[in-house]
Amino acid sequence: MTYPTRLPGLSVEGARLSLGGTPILRDVSLAVARGEFVALLGPSGCGKTSLMRVIAGIQAADAGVVRIGGREVTGLHPAQRDVAMVFQSYALYPHLTVAQNIAVPLTMRRLSAAQRLPLLGGLLPGSRAARAAITADVAGIAEPLGLAHLLARKPGQLSGGQRQRVALARAVIREPGAFLLDEPLSNLDAALRVTTRREIVEIHRRVGAATLYVTHDQSEALTMADRVAVMQAGNILQIATPEEIYREPVDLRVASFIGSPRINLLDAEIGEDGVVRVSGAATALHSHARGNVTLAIRPEDWVMGAEGQEARVEHTEFLGDHALVHLRMGAGTVTLRAGPGALPHAGEVLRLGFDPARALVFGPDGRRIAAHRREPACA
Amino acid sequence: MPETTSARSRTRRSEALGAWLLTLPAALSFALLMLLPTLAAIAMAFTDYELGLVPVWIGLENFRELLEDRGFRRSFLNTIIYVGLVAPLSVGLGLALALLIEAGARGRVFFRAVFFLPVVSLTVAMAAAWQYLLHPTIGPVNTLLRLIGITGPAWLSSSDTVLISLAAIGVWENAGFNMVLFMAGLTAIPRELREAACVDGAQSGWSRFWLVTWPLLGPTTLFVVTITMIRSIRVFDTVAVLTRGGPNKASEVLLYTMYTEGFTFLRLGYSAAITLVFLVIVLALMWVQTRVLDRRVHYG
Repeated sequence: MTYPTRLPGLSVEGARLSLGGTPILRDVSLAVARGEFVALLGPSGCGKTSLMRVIAGIQAADAGVVRIGGREVTGLHPAQRDVAMVFQSYALYPHLTVAQNIAVPLTMRRLSAAQRLPLLGGLLPGSRAARAAITADVAGIAEPLGLAHLLARKPGQLSGGQRQRVALARAVIREPGAFLLDEPLSNLDAALRVTTRREIVEIHRRVGAATLYVTHDQSEALTMADRVAVMQAGNILQIATPEEIYREPVDLRVASFIGSPRINLLDAEIGEDGVVRVSGAATALHSHARGNVTLAIRPEDWVMGAEGQEARVEHTEFLGDHALVHLRMGAGTVTLRAGPGALPHAGEVLRLGFDPARALVFGPDGRRIAAHRREPACA
Repeated sequence: MPETTSARSRTRRSEALGAWLLTLPAALSFALLMLLPTLAAIAMAFTDYELGLVPVWIGLENFRELLEDRGFRRSFLNTIIYVGLVAPLSVGLGLALALLIEAGARGRVFFRAVFFLPVVSLTVAMAAAWQYLLHPTIGPVNTLLRLIGITGPAWLSSSDTVLISLAAIGVWENAGFNMVLFMAGLTAIPRELREAACVDGAQSGWSRFWLVTWPLLGPTTLFVVTITMIRSIRVFDTVAVLTRGGPNKASEVLLYTMYTEGFTFLRLGYSAAITLVFLVIVLALMWVQTRVLDRRVHYG
């Protein structure tokens, strides 16, 4: 997706970080436009939360530049960065009511230290008007999030989903330039997660901030984000739209991380004639590269028919609208996603071909290699 | 089905018997070592028992005497002043030390050990050091004061300063203990809360302290305040070693009065009455902690 007006939202350039000698971020760069929703997707320990903490200013990077709204904020305190963050644990203040929790970003900015004093502060000039404005703003943000009736409660009296909404309200009340969410759904039960996904996207649209959403759950990333940044071992491997990440991964690690069940990987080689061969058998793919490669085929891209590799059915899983067929092919196993129709039986031997337009070829270094359908030889 | 009901009640009875048998050693030792002596002391408080004589029940006579006893009233007041000085100062100092050490990058273990030293050292032995430090003529404190042109008082032998000097030693004794308790409390505060406070706009350490640290330390602070009050009400060894309640009863405190009445004048009944007063104060403090304040500092 391209943005006709790519207003500067947040950007990181060349971020490096190591903690205790362990490299966490290795030269990471990322840009999120204003109004854009980018999911930072990766397995746990890949550095995605660290990157978010560097952007928020909670963690200082060893090198790199952070910009928010076009302004460089690299050395600034989190409070001066125009960022808001939703923590994985929600990090609500347990001694404050819901209303007070949501109001904290406003009281910290609009009231002076003296005006914040519990009793005396209310008597200072301007304090009453400022407090009334804050109360009105809190009510304004609580209403659409369904928190209006909970404002007097303490976080301890709320359910997980309600706490999460309070954390969201507290983050967006200030209308930040950058909106950071660190696995906000990971503490919710499965049913709540799906409904909250849409809510978060709606809040993002309303606020219009540059949103960076950290998750290890690919279905969250693919369903919510405008673009997905796949991160692994301190590197961003690819930043692209969800469709592109799934269909056109640039790296073998992206291809195998995205997609469930996992993409099938077959050892293949490209001969001098440029034909991709699996166990010596020619496929319909052709490439300019030579040597040993990996052929990757999504479970839904197999074609059962008269041509292709022989494979023996090991077992099938019926899942209602589709079924998964696990087969043994040569020394390895492959998975095939079949329609709900007649399923092959265990022990049956099939021939599996694949859709050459959808098959992916990766070199020994894991990078994508261009491969095309072999044109029928012209006579 | 009467058979099964009676069978069930029989099992229940044998289960109860087993439970009683299992708790018997603990219950017995509690009764013999804690309950009985306490009850004996309470009973003694209502007698005129003196060592070697036959105790006679005199009802509230001891307590009436306590009310009129100027020595006791002085001792009671001194204890309150002592606690009033030691508790807030050592709690405040303990908190300040804990925050400083937690904020510092280096030397945590060293500073923690240094400030905890008074807690593990023997007060009676340390009292000798204090006696030297506070000596009117050769003590370093007054020597330093002389350098800036002030003639220091006779810290431990003047009735104006003796209680303050003892309180200072009390603060020195308790602050390290409180510091360790506060440090434990500080580590229990989730790091994400302080980070959230940063992102929410609490830019100075001061505003983060009031937004997160102080409220979340509530349970710890309550515990520290109570334990410090109870510890300082029990002040005895510094008084016994350094001043013996003097000069002129200016440093008489509850436990020292109880000790002299009981072990010097052998008026055990009267001494038991003082013990009872002491016990009531300690129990009241604990009750305040568990019943009244606990509800206000734990966030459910």
